[in-house]
Amino acid sequence: MSIERIEKRQGATLVAPALLWTLIFFVLPFLAMALMSLSHLEGRSVVSGPDLRNYAKIFTEASLLKGIAVSLEITVLVTVISVALAWPLAWIIATRVPVRWRRLALLLAVLPFWTSYVVRSYSWALVLGEKGVVMNALVGLGMLSEPVQIMATRSATVTGFVHFFVMLLTLTIYSNLVQLSPNYARAAEDLGASRWQVIRLVILPLTLPGVVTGAFLTFVLCIGDYITPQILGGNNELTLPQLIMLQLGRRGDYPMASALSLVLMLIVTLAYLACARWLKMERV
Amino acid sequence: MTFKRTCAAAALLLGLVPAAQAEELNALIWCDHADPKLLEPFEKAHDVRVNVKEYEGTAAGLTILQQSQPGDWDVMVIDAVDVARAVEQGYLAPLPDGAVSTADYFPQVVLADHNSVDGKTYAVTEKFGYNTLAYNKAKVDPKDMESLASLWSGKYDGRIAIYDYYLPVLGLVGLAEGIDTANLDAAALEKLRDPLMKLKAASKQVSDVVASQTALATGEVDVLIGGGEWLTAVLHSENPDLDWTIPKEGGLLWAQSIGMVEGTQKPELAIEFIKYITSPEGQARLATSSCYWGMPANMAAGDALSEDEKSVLRWSDQTDYLARAQLYPVPDAQTDAAMQDMWTDMLQN
Repeated sequence: MSIERIEKRQGATLVAPALLWTLIFFVLPFLAMALMSLSHLEGRSVVSGPDLRNYAKIFTEASLLKGIAVSLEITVLVTVISVALAWPLAWIIATRVPVRWRRLALLLAVLPFWTSYVVRSYSWALVLGEKGVVMNALVGLGMLSEPVQIMATRSATVTGFVHFFVMLLTLTIYSNLVQLSPNYARAAEDLGASRWQVIRLVILPLTLPGVVTGAFLTFVLCIGDYITPQILGGNNELTLPQLIMLQLGRRGDYPMASALSLVLMLIVTLAYLACARWLKMERV
Repeated sequence: MTFKRTCAAAALLLGLVPAAQAEELNALIWCDHADPKLLEPFEKAHDVRVNVKEYEGTAAGLTILQQSQPGDWDVMVIDAVDVARAVEQGYLAPLPDGAVSTADYFPQVVLADHNSVDGKTYAVTEKFGYNTLAYNKAKVDPKDMESLASLWSGKYDGRIAIYDYYLPVLGLVGLAEGIDTANLDAAALEKLRDPLMKLKAASKQVSDVVASQTALATGEVDVLIGGGEWLTAVLHSENPDLDWTIPKEGGLLWAQSIGMVEGTQKPELAIEFIKYITSPEGQARLATSSCYWGMPANMAAGDALSEDEKSVLRWSDQTDYLARAQLYPVPDAQTDAAMQDMWTDMLQN
């Protein structure tokens, strides 16, 4: 047997467990879900397809269409706000915090990660409530005459999400910033750029890979999240994952839940393709 | 050699320990049955371990059974009005004649029509209560709570929460519109759309059990439609102002039943568990479970409950309450789908 064939066989052997894992735990369940989405619920029984009536319903029924719109609106808003807050934070930690304090600063930045996601969401429910810390402070300081409703609104959902994703984005952007050679900034300054121009025209573009990667992760995790909108949103509008859970838990409508899940996957795939195109990841 | 012997001894022990505790009962339950205080006496008496899996909503429970193998589950807790649905799908086994006595039960909650199919008893009621109005009496006028109409009056706008379960809340909206739950068919349902949407507009949130309790306890809302003793009783010691009532239009009676799952390999043990749960001791413990309180179906449990506990459960008012409460709507599949569509519309608007 030639060395080339031996190496090929060794390569295949090494890759096989990962491929098998992906086949069993991703490809097969995905195919089962796709097949299920082509069935439909009649009465309380699942009737095998194939037909596209679930997809037709998703794009014609107002409550389901609104679920997609609500999910996209919240996700885009959360991603933009999180990037806007995380970038300066990461930049301050990477460039303004003395090296010996950076580890502590990063630790403090990600400290909330150590709390359970559900507990953190319920904590926000208490903080944002009418009797919560925020309203008490605003009313106490005379900035509001009476409490306003934040809890059980989209604002509460966005706040809960942003708190979580700022930490994630700070890490991805920070890892990008610390890899940048300080010579880029020095060269720009030597050529007459102001500090703001250095940040805007040199540092910011160079950190775009970290920003886009973090933003993509934020987008994927946010649009697929059920817990935060369920606890903080007060069920006053439903996101796509909440609609999926309604089909599963209450209706027992697995075909519609599968169809909605595939729509969710499609949105994530489109987001990935956009990011990959942006970063030209396919060339890496 | 010593190492090998140690390994062999360890393997033997590992094999023996599970063997010594091999008897297990798998129960598909609501959260009130997960209270160790309820399960421990049965486990000790029968030297058995009770494995529980919680679920919410009949559809979810039936789906779990659909995806299980025969013998995976031994007993199941289910809405009394949904027993026939589970029997129809072949998930419940008939109980042996005379296995469980309902002689000491509150007559109104025996619900033989719902727990039996074709003359065979498949389940027995174990706990009941009301979906009605729960409120903070320090924040609202208790007299207003004597009528469901107060919720649409504008006086409590922004201070109302809706319990996120379509059957009892649609039932209550129906009662407010003068429609009995037994008459809530597809035609009657459309009459509820407008009042339901107005109720949503007047409400602050639509929430599950935990979020509803949190909202009432923290003062986020002052009234919960769909709430009742099952929601306020566990908070009573912390905030005695949390109260509930059945308005003049009536309230909804919820009742949960327990039955033996078809295909169980341990029918005797399953029956013993059902007997324990419906015994005075089991009933008292179930009634005051840490997850939520509710009235025991068996009146004999009164001897095992303290006067304080009975006071919180409004034991002495049950005759009046039972007379004024109606059972959940029992929609056919088509009406059920229409109800859920309306509920989803309400959530999204």
